[in-house]
Amino acid sequence: MSDSAGREDVRNTLDAIYKNESRRVLATLIRLLGDFELAEEALHEAVMAAMEQWPRDGIPANPRAWLISAGRFKAIDQVRRRARNAGSLDEVERQFRQEPFDPAQWDEQHLEDDRLRLIFTCCHPALPSEARTALTLREVCGLTTEEIARAILTSAATVAKRIVRAKTKIREARIPYIVPRPDELPSRLDSVLQVIYLIFTEGYAASSGISLTRADLSAEAIRLGRLLLELLPEPEVPGLLALMLLQEARRSARVSAQGDLILLDHQDRSLWNRDQIEEGIKLVERALTSRRFGPYALQAAIAAVHAEAPTAKATDWKQICGLYDVLLRVDPSPVIELNRAIAIAMRDGPAAGLEIVERILSRGDLRNYYLAHASRADLHRRLGHRGEATVSYQRALTLVRQEPARHFLERRLKELRG
Amino acid sequence: MKYLCLVFYDEKKRNGLSDQESQALIDESLDFDEALRREGYLIAAGPLQPVETATTVRVRGGNVSVTDGPFAETNEQIAGFVLIETQDLNEAIRVASRIPPVRLGGVEVRPMQDRVHSKEGNSH
Repeated sequence: MSDSAGREDVRNTLDAIYKNESRRVLATLIRLLGDFELAEEALHEAVMAAMEQWPRDGIPANPRAWLISAGRFKAIDQVRRRARNAGSLDEVERQFRQEPFDPAQWDEQHLEDDRLRLIFTCCHPALPSEARTALTLREVCGLTTEEIARAILTSAATVAKRIVRAKTKIREARIPYIVPRPDELPSRLDSVLQVIYLIFTEGYAASSGISLTRADLSAEAIRLGRLLLELLPEPEVPGLLALMLLQEARRSARVSAQGDLILLDHQDRSLWNRDQIEEGIKLVERALTSRRFGPYALQAAIAAVHAEAPTAKATDWKQICGLYDVLLRVDPSPVIELNRAIAIAMRDGPAAGLEIVERILSRGDLRNYYLAHASRADLHRRLGHRGEATVSYQRALTLVRQEPARHFLERRLKELRG
Repeated sequence: MKYLCLVFYDEKKRNGLSDQESQALIDESLDFDEALRREGYLIAAGPLQPVETATTVRVRGGNVSVTDGPFAETNEQIAGFVLIETQDLNEAIRVASRIPPVRLGGVEVRPMQDRVHSKEGNSH
Protein backbone atom coordinates (compact mmCIF):
# COMPACT_ATOMS: atom_id res chain seq x y z
CA MET A 1 0.00 0.00 0.00
CA SER A 2 1.50 3.34 -1.06
CA ASP A 3 2.14 5.89 1.63
CA SER A 4 -0.45 8.41 0.40
CA ALA A 5 -3.20 5.78 0.14
CA GLY A 6 -2.30 4.57 3.63
CA ARG A 7 -2.45 8.14 4.92
CA GLU A 8 -5.83 8.63 3.23
CA ASP A 9 -7.21 5.50 4.89
CA VAL A 10 -5.88 6.58 8.23
CA ARG A 11 -7.31 10.05 7.85
CA ASN A 12 -10.76 8.63 7.05
CA THR A 13 -10.60 6.25 9.98
CA LEU A 14 -9.41 9.02 12.23
CA ASP A 15 -12.23 11.27 11.04
CA ALA A 16 -14.76 8.56 11.78
CA ILE A 17 -13.23 7.84 15.16
CA TYR A 18 -13.08 11.54 15.95
CA LYS A 19 -16.71 12.00 15.06
CA ASN A 20 -17.90 9.08 17.15
CA GLU A 21 -15.40 8.92 19.94
CA SER A 22 -13.83 12.29 20.58
CA ARG A 23 -16.37 13.27 23.21
CA ARG A 24 -15.85 10.01 25.06
CA VAL A 25 -12.10 10.36 24.89
CA LEU A 26 -12.44 13.91 26.21
CA ALA A 27 -14.67 12.81 29.09
CA THR A 28 -12.08 10.30 30.23
CA LEU A 29 -9.15 12.67 29.74
CA ILE A 30 -10.88 15.27 31.91
CA ARG A 31 -11.06 12.72 34.72
CA LEU A 32 -7.47 11.58 34.29
CA LEU A 33 -6.00 15.05 33.98
CA GLY A 34 -8.36 16.87 36.34
CA ASP A 35 -8.74 19.87 34.07
CA PHE A 36 -10.93 20.79 31.09
CA GLU A 37 -8.39 22.88 29.19
CA LEU A 38 -5.63 20.36 29.68
CA ALA A 39 -7.90 17.58 28.47
CA GLU A 40 -8.86 19.47 25.31
CA GLU A 41 -5.23 20.17 24.49
CA ALA A 42 -4.41 16.54 25.20
CA LEU A 43 -7.12 15.35 22.83
CA HIS A 44 -5.78 17.62 20.13
CA GLU A 45 -2.21 16.41 20.66
CA ALA A 46 -3.33 12.79 20.64
CA VAL A 47 -5.12 13.19 17.32
CA MET A 48 -2.03 14.86 15.86
CA ALA A 49 0.11 11.99 17.09
CA ALA A 50 -2.29 9.46 15.61
CA MET A 51 -2.11 11.20 12.23
CA GLU A 52 1.63 10.77 12.36
CA GLN A 53 2.00 7.28 13.80
CA TRP A 54 -0.94 5.24 12.54
CA PRO A 55 0.03 5.34 8.85
CA ARG A 56 3.40 4.01 9.97
CA ASP A 57 2.35 1.51 12.66
CA GLY A 58 -1.15 0.64 11.54
CA ILE A 59 -4.43 1.48 13.21
CA PRO A 60 -4.38 0.19 16.78
CA ALA A 61 -6.76 -2.56 17.96
CA ASN A 62 -8.38 -0.18 20.45
CA PRO A 63 -8.13 3.31 18.93
CA ARG A 64 -9.94 5.01 21.79
CA ALA A 65 -7.62 3.56 24.40
CA TRP A 66 -4.67 4.60 22.27
CA LEU A 67 -5.89 8.20 22.03
CA ILE A 68 -6.52 8.40 25.76
CA SER A 69 -3.13 6.97 26.57
CA ALA A 70 -1.31 9.22 24.12
CA GLY A 71 -3.23 12.31 25.24
CA ARG A 72 -2.48 11.59 28.86
CA PHE A 73 1.25 11.14 28.31
CA LYS A 74 1.57 14.28 26.29
CA ALA A 75 -0.37 16.31 28.82
CA ILE A 76 1.61 15.03 31.77
CA ASP A 77 4.84 15.74 29.89
CA GLN A 78 3.73 19.27 29.15
CA VAL A 79 2.58 19.95 32.71
CA ARG A 80 5.82 18.53 34.12
CA ARG A 81 7.79 20.84 31.87
CA ARG A 82 5.82 23.87 33.00
CA ALA A 83 5.98 22.82 36.63
CA ARG A 84 9.72 22.27 36.47
CA ASN A 85 10.07 25.85 35.32
CA ALA A 86 7.73 27.16 38.01
CA GLY A 87 9.25 24.94 40.65
CA SER A 88 6.06 23.20 41.67
CA LEU A 89 6.86 19.70 40.46
CA ASP A 90 5.85 17.86 43.64
CA GLU A 91 2.25 19.00 43.49
CA VAL A 92 1.95 17.94 39.87
CA GLU A 93 3.35 14.50 40.61
CA ARG A 94 0.89 14.14 43.44
CA GLN A 95 -2.04 15.11 41.24
CA PHE A 96 -1.26 12.62 38.50
CA ARG A 97 -0.42 9.76 40.77
CA GLN A 98 -4.02 9.82 41.93
CA GLU A 99 -5.37 8.83 38.53
CA PRO A 100 -3.48 5.89 37.04
CA PHE A 101 -4.54 4.65 33.67
CA ASP A 102 -3.97 1.13 32.46
CA PRO A 103 -5.61 0.41 29.10
CA ALA A 104 -5.56 -3.28 29.91
CA GLN A 105 -7.84 -2.63 32.88
CA TRP A 106 -10.23 -0.55 30.89
CA ASP A 107 -13.87 -1.41 30.60
CA GLU A 108 -16.92 0.04 28.94
CA GLN A 109 -18.68 0.78 32.20
CA HIS A 110 -15.84 2.97 33.28
CA LEU A 111 -16.07 4.90 30.05
CA GLU A 112 -19.80 5.42 30.34
CA ASP A 113 -19.26 6.72 33.85
CA ASP A 114 -16.90 9.31 32.44
CA ARG A 115 -19.54 10.54 30.04
CA LEU A 116 -22.00 10.84 32.92
CA ARG A 117 -19.39 12.66 34.95
CA LEU A 118 -18.98 15.11 32.12
CA ILE A 119 -22.69 15.75 31.71
CA PHE A 120 -23.32 16.21 35.42
CA THR A 121 -20.34 18.52 35.79
CA CYS A 122 -21.32 20.71 32.85
CA CYS A 123 -24.85 20.94 34.28
CA HIS A 124 -23.80 21.59 37.89
CA PRO A 125 -26.29 23.95 39.60
CA ALA A 126 -23.37 26.01 40.95
CA LEU A 127 -22.70 27.18 37.39
CA PRO A 128 -24.79 29.98 35.89
CA SER A 129 -27.65 28.69 33.74
CA GLU A 130 -26.40 30.12 30.45
CA ALA A 131 -22.92 28.79 31.15
CA ARG A 132 -24.34 25.30 31.67
CA THR A 133 -25.97 25.42 28.27
CA ALA A 134 -22.84 26.70 26.52
CA LEU A 135 -20.53 24.31 28.32
CA THR A 136 -22.74 21.30 27.60
CA LEU A 137 -22.99 22.16 23.92
CA ARG A 138 -19.22 22.57 23.78
CA GLU A 139 -17.91 19.69 25.85
CA VAL A 140 -20.66 17.09 25.55
CA CYS A 141 -21.95 17.82 22.06
CA GLY A 142 -18.66 19.00 20.59
CA LEU A 143 -20.04 22.15 18.97
CA THR A 144 -17.55 24.92 18.25
CA THR A 145 -17.92 28.29 19.93
CA GLU A 146 -19.07 29.76 16.62
CA GLU A 147 -21.68 27.06 16.09
CA ILE A 148 -23.07 27.62 19.58
CA ALA A 149 -23.14 31.38 19.08
CA ARG A 150 -25.04 31.07 15.83
CA ALA A 151 -27.44 28.58 17.34
CA ILE A 152 -28.39 30.57 20.43
CA LEU A 153 -28.29 33.88 18.56
CA THR A 154 -25.53 35.61 20.47
CA SER A 155 -21.93 36.55 19.78
CA ALA A 156 -19.02 34.10 19.80
CA ALA A 157 -17.28 36.38 22.28
CA THR A 158 -20.20 36.07 24.70
CA VAL A 159 -20.23 32.29 24.39
CA ALA A 160 -16.48 32.10 24.84
CA LYS A 161 -16.68 34.26 27.95
CA ARG A 162 -19.42 32.10 29.45
CA ILE A 163 -17.42 28.95 28.84
CA VAL A 164 -14.22 30.40 30.29
CA ARG A 165 -16.05 31.62 33.39
CA ALA A 166 -17.64 28.22 33.86
CA LYS A 167 -14.31 26.41 33.59
CA THR A 168 -12.77 28.92 35.97
CA LYS A 169 -15.50 28.35 38.51
CA ILE A 170 -15.15 24.57 38.18
CA ARG A 171 -11.45 24.91 38.86
CA GLU A 172 -11.42 27.64 41.50
CA ALA A 173 -14.44 26.56 43.53
CA ARG A 174 -13.40 22.94 43.06
CA ILE A 175 -16.53 21.48 41.51
CA PRO A 176 -15.67 17.78 41.49
CA TYR A 177 -15.77 15.67 38.36
CA ILE A 178 -18.08 12.97 39.61
CA VAL A 179 -21.45 11.35 39.16
CA PRO A 180 -23.61 12.58 42.05
CA ARG A 181 -24.35 10.29 44.96
CA PRO A 182 -27.64 8.37 44.81
CA ASP A 183 -29.35 10.62 47.37
CA GLU A 184 -28.36 13.71 45.39
CA LEU A 185 -29.10 12.20 41.99
CA PRO A 186 -32.76 13.26 41.65
CA SER A 187 -32.09 16.97 42.14
CA ARG A 188 -28.88 16.93 40.11
CA LEU A 189 -30.64 15.07 37.33
CA ASP A 190 -33.27 17.81 37.35
CA SER A 191 -30.54 20.28 36.49
CA VAL A 192 -29.33 18.13 33.59
CA LEU A 193 -32.83 17.65 32.21
CA GLN A 194 -33.43 21.37 32.50
CA VAL A 195 -30.31 22.14 30.45
CA ILE A 196 -31.21 19.60 27.78
CA TYR A 197 -34.77 20.90 27.51
CA LEU A 198 -33.51 24.48 27.36
CA ILE A 199 -31.26 23.53 24.47
CA PHE A 200 -34.21 21.86 22.80
CA THR A 201 -36.55 24.84 23.17
CA GLU A 202 -33.86 27.21 21.90
CA GLY A 203 -33.79 25.15 18.75
CA TYR A 204 -37.54 24.76 18.67
CA ALA A 205 -38.24 28.46 19.04
CA ALA A 206 -35.64 29.53 16.53
CA SER A 207 -37.25 27.45 13.81
CA SER A 208 -38.18 30.46 11.72
CA GLY A 209 -35.18 29.91 9.50
CA ILE A 210 -33.38 33.04 10.59
CA SER A 211 -30.02 31.37 10.32
CA LEU A 212 -29.82 28.54 7.84
CA THR A 213 -26.31 27.51 8.76
CA ARG A 214 -26.82 27.13 12.52
CA ALA A 215 -26.36 23.79 14.23
CA ASP A 216 -29.64 22.00 14.80
CA LEU A 217 -30.07 22.50 18.52
CA SER A 218 -33.17 20.39 18.77
CA ALA A 219 -31.33 17.46 17.18
CA GLU A 220 -28.44 17.95 19.64
CA ALA A 221 -30.86 17.99 22.55
CA ILE A 222 -32.53 14.79 21.36
CA ARG A 223 -29.10 13.20 20.92
CA LEU A 224 -28.26 14.23 24.50
CA GLY A 225 -31.55 12.77 25.68
CA ARG A 226 -30.73 9.47 23.99
CA LEU A 227 -27.25 9.44 25.51
CA LEU A 228 -28.67 10.06 28.95
CA LEU A 229 -31.24 7.32 28.45
CA GLU A 230 -28.42 4.90 27.62
CA LEU A 231 -26.47 5.86 30.70
CA LEU A 232 -29.13 6.44 33.34
CA PRO A 233 -32.39 4.50 33.69
CA GLU A 234 -34.29 7.15 35.69
CA PRO A 235 -37.98 7.58 34.71
CA GLU A 236 -37.90 11.31 33.92
CA VAL A 237 -35.26 10.66 31.25
CA PRO A 238 -37.54 8.74 28.87
CA GLY A 239 -40.18 11.33 29.80
CA LEU A 240 -38.05 14.20 28.57
CA LEU A 241 -36.90 12.36 25.47
CA ALA A 242 -40.51 11.52 24.65
CA LEU A 243 -41.56 15.15 25.08
CA MET A 244 -38.81 16.35 22.77
CA LEU A 245 -39.54 13.74 20.11
CA LEU A 246 -43.27 14.43 20.15
CA GLN A 247 -42.72 18.18 19.84
CA GLU A 248 -40.03 17.77 17.20
CA ALA A 249 -42.38 15.54 15.22
CA ARG A 250 -44.53 18.60 14.51
CA ARG A 251 -41.69 20.82 13.30
CA SER A 252 -42.52 20.72 9.57
CA ALA A 253 -46.13 21.68 10.24
CA ARG A 254 -45.50 24.56 12.63
CA VAL A 255 -44.43 27.27 10.24
CA SER A 256 -45.93 28.16 6.88
CA ALA A 257 -43.85 28.82 3.79
CA GLN A 258 -44.20 32.55 4.53
CA GLY A 259 -42.79 32.07 8.01
CA ASP A 260 -46.14 32.36 9.78
CA LEU A 261 -46.87 30.43 12.92
CA ILE A 262 -49.48 27.67 12.53
CA LEU A 263 -51.14 26.61 15.74
CA LEU A 264 -51.68 23.01 16.69
CA ASP A 265 -55.33 22.94 15.73
CA HIS A 266 -54.58 24.16 12.20
CA GLN A 267 -51.49 22.12 11.45
CA ASP A 268 -51.40 19.71 8.52
CA ARG A 269 -51.04 16.46 10.45
CA SER A 270 -49.85 14.59 7.40
CA LEU A 271 -46.60 16.54 7.83
CA TRP A 272 -46.04 15.18 11.32
CA ASN A 273 -43.14 12.72 11.64
CA ARG A 274 -44.79 9.39 12.44
CA ASP A 275 -41.55 7.62 13.40
CA GLN A 276 -40.79 10.19 16.07
CA ILE A 277 -44.38 10.04 17.29
CA GLU A 278 -44.26 6.26 17.54
CA GLU A 279 -40.99 6.34 19.43
CA GLY A 280 -42.29 9.14 21.66
CA ILE A 281 -45.44 7.24 22.58
CA LYS A 282 -43.44 4.11 23.47
CA LEU A 283 -41.21 6.20 25.73
CA VAL A 284 -44.21 7.83 27.41
CA GLU A 285 -45.62 4.41 28.21
CA ARG A 286 -42.25 3.37 29.59
CA ALA A 287 -42.04 6.50 31.75
CA LEU A 288 -45.59 6.26 33.10
CA THR A 289 -45.28 2.58 33.95
CA SER A 290 -42.50 3.34 36.38
CA ARG A 291 -44.80 5.18 38.83
CA ARG A 292 -42.04 7.67 39.72
CA PHE A 293 -42.75 9.81 36.70
CA GLY A 294 -42.64 13.59 36.91
CA PRO A 295 -43.56 16.71 34.93
CA TYR A 296 -41.67 15.80 31.75
CA ALA A 297 -43.40 12.45 31.44
CA LEU A 298 -46.78 14.08 32.03
CA GLN A 299 -46.16 16.82 29.47
CA ALA A 300 -45.07 14.11 27.07
CA ALA A 301 -48.28 12.20 27.77
CA ILE A 302 -50.28 15.29 26.87
CA ALA A 303 -48.26 15.68 23.68
CA ALA A 304 -48.94 12.01 22.94
CA VAL A 305 -52.70 12.51 23.21
CA HIS A 306 -52.42 15.31 20.63
CA ALA A 307 -50.19 13.16 18.43
CA GLU A 308 -52.70 10.30 18.44
CA ALA A 309 -55.61 12.47 17.30
CA PRO A 310 -56.08 12.09 13.53
CA THR A 311 -57.67 15.54 13.36
CA ALA A 312 -57.79 18.52 15.71
CA LYS A 313 -61.52 17.92 16.23
CA ALA A 314 -60.87 14.35 17.32
CA THR A 315 -58.54 15.45 20.15
CA ASP A 316 -59.38 13.81 23.45
CA TRP A 317 -59.55 16.98 25.55
CA LYS A 318 -61.04 15.14 28.50
CA GLN A 319 -57.91 13.02 28.78
CA ILE A 320 -55.70 16.06 28.32
CA CYS A 321 -57.50 17.92 31.10
CA GLY A 322 -57.10 14.90 33.36
CA LEU A 323 -53.38 14.83 32.67
CA TYR A 324 -53.11 18.55 33.36
CA ASP A 325 -54.84 18.01 36.71
CA VAL A 326 -52.09 15.58 37.68
CA LEU A 327 -49.37 17.77 36.19
CA LEU A 328 -50.57 20.80 38.15
CA ARG A 329 -50.40 18.82 41.39
CA VAL A 330 -46.88 17.66 40.60
CA ASP A 331 -45.70 21.05 39.33
CA PRO A 332 -47.99 23.85 40.55
CA SER A 333 -46.54 26.59 38.34
CA PRO A 334 -48.60 29.43 36.82
CA VAL A 335 -47.55 28.45 33.28
CA ILE A 336 -48.98 24.98 33.77
CA GLU A 337 -52.09 26.52 35.28
CA LEU A 338 -52.39 28.60 32.11
CA ASN A 339 -51.94 25.64 29.78
CA ARG A 340 -54.53 23.72 31.77
CA ALA A 341 -56.93 26.63 31.43
CA ILE A 342 -56.56 26.48 27.65
CA ALA A 343 -57.35 22.77 27.71
CA ILE A 344 -60.36 23.35 29.95
CA ALA A 345 -61.59 25.94 27.48
CA MET A 346 -61.45 23.27 24.78
CA ARG A 347 -63.36 20.79 26.90
CA ASP A 348 -65.88 23.08 28.64
CA GLY A 349 -66.00 26.19 26.47
CA PRO A 350 -64.08 29.48 26.47
CA ALA A 351 -65.86 30.97 29.49
CA ALA A 352 -64.60 28.20 31.77
CA GLY A 353 -61.03 28.68 30.59
CA LEU A 354 -61.24 32.47 30.76
CA GLU A 355 -62.26 32.37 34.41
CA ILE A 356 -58.99 30.62 35.26
CA VAL A 357 -56.85 32.89 33.10
CA GLU A 358 -58.38 36.01 34.66
CA ARG A 359 -57.70 34.57 38.10
CA ILE A 360 -54.02 33.99 37.26
CA LEU A 361 -53.51 37.48 35.87
CA SER A 362 -55.37 39.28 38.64
CA ARG A 363 -53.15 37.47 41.15
CA GLY A 364 -50.25 39.23 39.48
CA ASP A 365 -48.77 36.10 37.92
CA LEU A 366 -47.58 35.90 34.29
CA ARG A 367 -48.03 39.65 33.83
CA ASN A 368 -45.02 39.73 31.49
CA TYR A 369 -45.69 36.42 29.75
CA TYR A 370 -47.00 37.17 26.28
CA LEU A 371 -48.83 33.84 26.01
CA ALA A 372 -50.95 34.67 29.04
CA HIS A 373 -52.28 37.77 27.33
CA ALA A 374 -52.54 36.03 23.97
CA SER A 375 -54.62 33.30 25.61
CA ARG A 376 -56.85 35.83 27.33
CA ALA A 377 -57.27 37.61 24.01
CA ASP A 378 -58.14 34.40 22.21
CA LEU A 379 -60.74 33.37 24.78
CA HIS A 380 -62.39 36.80 24.71
CA ARG A 381 -62.33 36.65 20.93
CA ARG A 382 -64.14 33.32 20.92
CA LEU A 383 -66.76 34.80 23.23
CA GLY A 384 -67.23 37.77 20.90
CA HIS A 385 -65.71 40.32 23.29
CA ARG A 386 -63.82 42.37 20.74
CA GLY A 387 -62.80 45.19 23.06
CA GLU A 388 -61.21 42.94 25.68
CA ALA A 389 -59.59 40.77 23.01
CA THR A 390 -58.01 43.83 21.39
CA VAL A 391 -56.60 45.06 24.68
CA SER A 392 -55.00 41.70 25.36
CA TYR A 393 -53.59 41.20 21.88
CA GLN A 394 -51.99 44.63 22.15
CA ARG A 395 -50.52 43.80 25.54
CA ALA A 396 -49.20 40.51 24.16
CA LEU A 397 -47.57 42.37 21.26
CA THR A 398 -45.56 44.52 23.65
CA LEU A 399 -44.13 41.36 25.19
CA VAL A 400 -43.62 38.93 22.30
CA ARG A 401 -40.07 38.41 21.04
CA GLN A 402 -40.17 35.93 18.18
CA GLU A 403 -41.14 37.06 14.69
CA PRO A 404 -43.57 34.26 13.75
CA ALA A 405 -45.47 34.76 16.99
CA ARG A 406 -45.53 38.52 16.47
CA HIS A 407 -46.98 38.14 12.96
CA PHE A 408 -49.59 35.78 14.31
CA LEU A 409 -50.74 38.25 16.94
CA GLU A 410 -50.77 41.11 14.45
CA ARG A 411 -52.93 39.04 12.12
CA ARG A 412 -55.41 38.28 14.87
CA LEU A 413 -55.59 41.96 15.77
CA LYS A 414 -56.22 42.87 12.15
CA GLU A 415 -58.99 40.26 11.91
CA LEU A 416 -60.67 41.77 14.94
CA ARG A 417 -60.66 45.26 13.48
CA GLY A 418 -61.61 44.14 9.98
CA MET B 1 -10.10 23.34 50.45
CA LYS B 2 -11.39 26.03 52.79
CA TYR B 3 -14.85 27.48 52.24
CA LEU B 4 -16.49 30.35 54.09
CA CYS B 5 -20.20 29.88 54.59
CA LEU B 6 -21.94 33.21 55.18
CA VAL B 7 -25.41 32.76 56.60
CA PHE B 8 -28.00 35.36 55.59
CA TYR B 9 -31.55 35.84 56.79
CA ASP B 10 -34.11 38.56 57.40
CA GLU B 11 -33.68 39.41 61.07
CA LYS B 12 -37.40 39.99 61.35
CA LYS B 13 -37.90 36.28 60.74
CA ARG B 14 -35.45 35.39 63.48
CA ASN B 15 -37.08 37.84 65.85
CA GLY B 16 -40.46 36.39 65.00
CA LEU B 17 -39.57 33.07 66.66
CA SER B 18 -41.02 32.32 70.09
CA ASP B 19 -38.63 32.04 73.04
CA GLN B 20 -38.96 28.28 72.83
CA GLU B 21 -38.27 28.17 69.10
CA SER B 22 -35.36 30.56 69.50
CA GLN B 23 -33.68 28.46 72.18
CA ALA B 24 -34.30 25.33 70.13
CA LEU B 25 -32.49 26.94 67.21
CA ILE B 26 -29.56 27.90 69.43
CA ASP B 27 -29.33 24.36 70.82
CA GLU B 28 -29.49 22.94 67.33
CA SER B 29 -26.75 25.29 66.11
CA LEU B 30 -24.45 24.41 69.00
CA ASP B 31 -25.04 20.70 68.46
CA PHE B 32 -24.32 21.22 64.79
CA ASP B 33 -21.01 22.97 65.48
CA GLU B 34 -20.05 20.05 67.71
CA ALA B 35 -20.95 17.55 65.00
CA LEU B 36 -18.88 19.44 62.42
CA ARG B 37 -15.96 19.48 64.81
CA ARG B 38 -16.18 15.73 65.25
CA GLU B 39 -16.53 15.18 61.52
CA GLY B 40 -13.36 17.20 60.93
CA TYR B 41 -14.98 19.96 58.85
CA LEU B 42 -15.05 22.84 61.32
CA ILE B 43 -12.39 25.51 61.44
CA ALA B 44 -14.46 28.25 63.07
CA ALA B 45 -18.10 29.31 63.39
CA GLY B 46 -20.35 31.75 65.18
CA PRO B 47 -23.48 33.90 65.03
CA LEU B 48 -23.33 37.68 64.72
CA GLN B 49 -25.24 40.09 66.92
CA PRO B 50 -28.10 41.91 65.16
CA VAL B 51 -27.32 44.35 62.38
CA GLU B 52 -28.20 47.33 64.56
CA THR B 53 -24.97 46.66 66.46
CA ALA B 54 -22.91 46.97 63.27
CA THR B 55 -20.41 49.73 62.58
CA THR B 56 -18.77 50.33 59.23
CA VAL B 57 -15.27 51.72 58.88
CA ARG B 58 -13.96 53.19 55.68
CA VAL B 59 -10.54 54.56 54.86
CA ARG B 60 -10.09 57.06 52.04
CA GLY B 61 -6.81 58.75 51.44
CA GLY B 62 -5.69 57.97 54.92
CA ASN B 63 -8.87 59.34 56.48
CA VAL B 64 -10.84 56.95 58.65
CA SER B 65 -14.59 57.40 58.56
CA VAL B 66 -16.87 55.53 60.93
CA THR B 67 -20.58 55.16 60.32
CA ASP B 68 -23.38 53.35 62.07
CA GLY B 69 -24.85 50.35 60.32
CA PRO B 70 -23.87 47.49 57.99
CA PHE B 71 -21.67 47.90 54.93
CA ALA B 72 -24.68 47.48 52.67
CA GLU B 73 -28.37 47.75 53.45
CA THR B 74 -29.95 44.52 52.32
CA ASN B 75 -33.26 42.74 52.69
CA GLU B 76 -31.45 39.83 54.33
CA GLN B 77 -28.49 40.44 56.62
CA ILE B 78 -25.36 38.47 57.44
CA ALA B 79 -26.32 36.50 60.52
CA GLY B 80 -23.29 34.33 61.10
CA PHE B 81 -20.52 32.31 59.52
CA VAL B 82 -19.07 28.82 59.37
CA LEU B 83 -15.51 28.32 58.09
CA ILE B 84 -15.00 24.74 56.92
CA GLU B 85 -12.43 22.54 55.22
CA THR B 86 -13.80 20.03 52.70
CA GLN B 87 -12.66 17.94 49.76
CA ASP B 88 -14.66 19.82 47.12
CA LEU B 89 -17.64 22.10 46.51
CA ASN B 90 -20.19 19.30 46.63
CA GLU B 91 -19.06 18.43 50.14
CA ALA B 92 -19.13 22.11 51.13
CA ILE B 93 -22.68 22.40 49.80
CA ARG B 94 -23.74 19.37 51.81
CA VAL B 95 -22.28 20.85 54.99
CA ALA B 96 -23.74 24.30 54.30
CA SER B 97 -27.23 22.91 53.77
CA ARG B 98 -27.09 21.42 57.28
CA ILE B 99 -26.43 24.76 59.04
CA PRO B 100 -29.60 25.19 61.14
CA PRO B 101 -30.39 28.90 60.64
CA VAL B 102 -30.05 28.54 56.87
CA ARG B 103 -33.67 27.47 56.66
CA LEU B 104 -34.61 31.04 57.64
CA GLY B 105 -32.75 32.52 54.66
CA GLY B 106 -29.74 31.25 52.77
CA VAL B 107 -26.00 30.72 52.88
CA GLU B 108 -23.27 31.87 50.49
CA VAL B 109 -20.50 29.34 50.04
CA ARG B 110 -17.22 30.77 48.77
CA PRO B 111 -13.77 29.18 48.53
CA MET B 112 -10.91 30.89 50.31
CA GLN B 113 -7.91 32.05 48.33
CA ASP B 114 -4.39 30.87 48.77
CA ARG B 115 -1.83 33.61 49.09
CA VAL B 116 1.95 33.52 48.91
CA HIS B 117 4.07 36.28 50.34
CA SER B 118 6.67 37.63 47.94
CA LYS B 119 9.31 36.76 50.55
CA GLU B 120 8.50 33.05 50.19
CA GLY B 121 9.64 32.98 46.53
CA ASN B 122 9.28 29.71 44.56
CA SER B 123 7.67 27.02 46.69
CA HIS B 124 9.37 23.61 46.99
